[in-house]
Amino acid sequence: MTSLLLALAITASQILLGLAMACAAFRMLRGPRAQDRVLGLDTLYLTAMLLLLTYGIQTGRTLYFEAALVIALLGFVGTVALGKFLMRGEVIE
Amino acid sequence: MIQAPDLPTWAAIVIGFLVLGGSALTLVGALGLIRLPTFYARVHATTLGATAGMAAILVASMLCFSVLQTRPVVHEILIALFVTLTTPVTLILLARAAIYRDRSERMSQVPSDRGPKPEK
Repeated sequence: MTSLLLALAITASQILLGLAMACAAFRMLRGPRAQDRVLGLDTLYLTAMLLLLTYGIQTGRTLYFEAALVIALLGFVGTVALGKFLMRGEVIE
Repeated sequence: MIQAPDLPTWAAIVIGFLVLGGSALTLVGALGLIRLPTFYARVHATTLGATAGMAAILVASMLCFSVLQTRPVVHEILIALFVTLTTPVTLILLARAAIYRDRSERMSQVPSDRGPKPEK
């Protein structure tokens, strides 16, 4: 019984995270200016990382944790590079 | 796709609440991304998911794997550390880039150095 409730809770939270990803994707596609799009991308990868963690809880495997770690590491680099590009017009000076 | 690991009742209840609460907070932050009017307001909204939502889901994951493997599993702290260290850096960089771009194009609604402009 509690296992079923936990399964329902995890599935509901995955749906909520998917809606959050849809909001971020909307801002990324429709953002009026470039910085809005970068902000949407930042939110999108953070939410995707949380979604992978809920998949890890659901299946009980540590495989998803490693994917989430890689997203947390590399998404940062992407956003910093885009922010620097918006500031200066080039990434590496 | 509806499945869950076999956990004792107390762990299942705590994990369920943490996961649901964390994802609801993340959704609220992402809705703010749509609803708030200006970029400088939207920058603040997403940090709800990057701090509270992230912490709740990571604690749930730690608890789940610790109970499943009957030993403390805390490698999720790595993700918490990275996200907590990098989110302020990226968002400050992004906000400064936005201020620079808006000032160079002389747009309105740019925050000035001396606080909000007086109404005329």
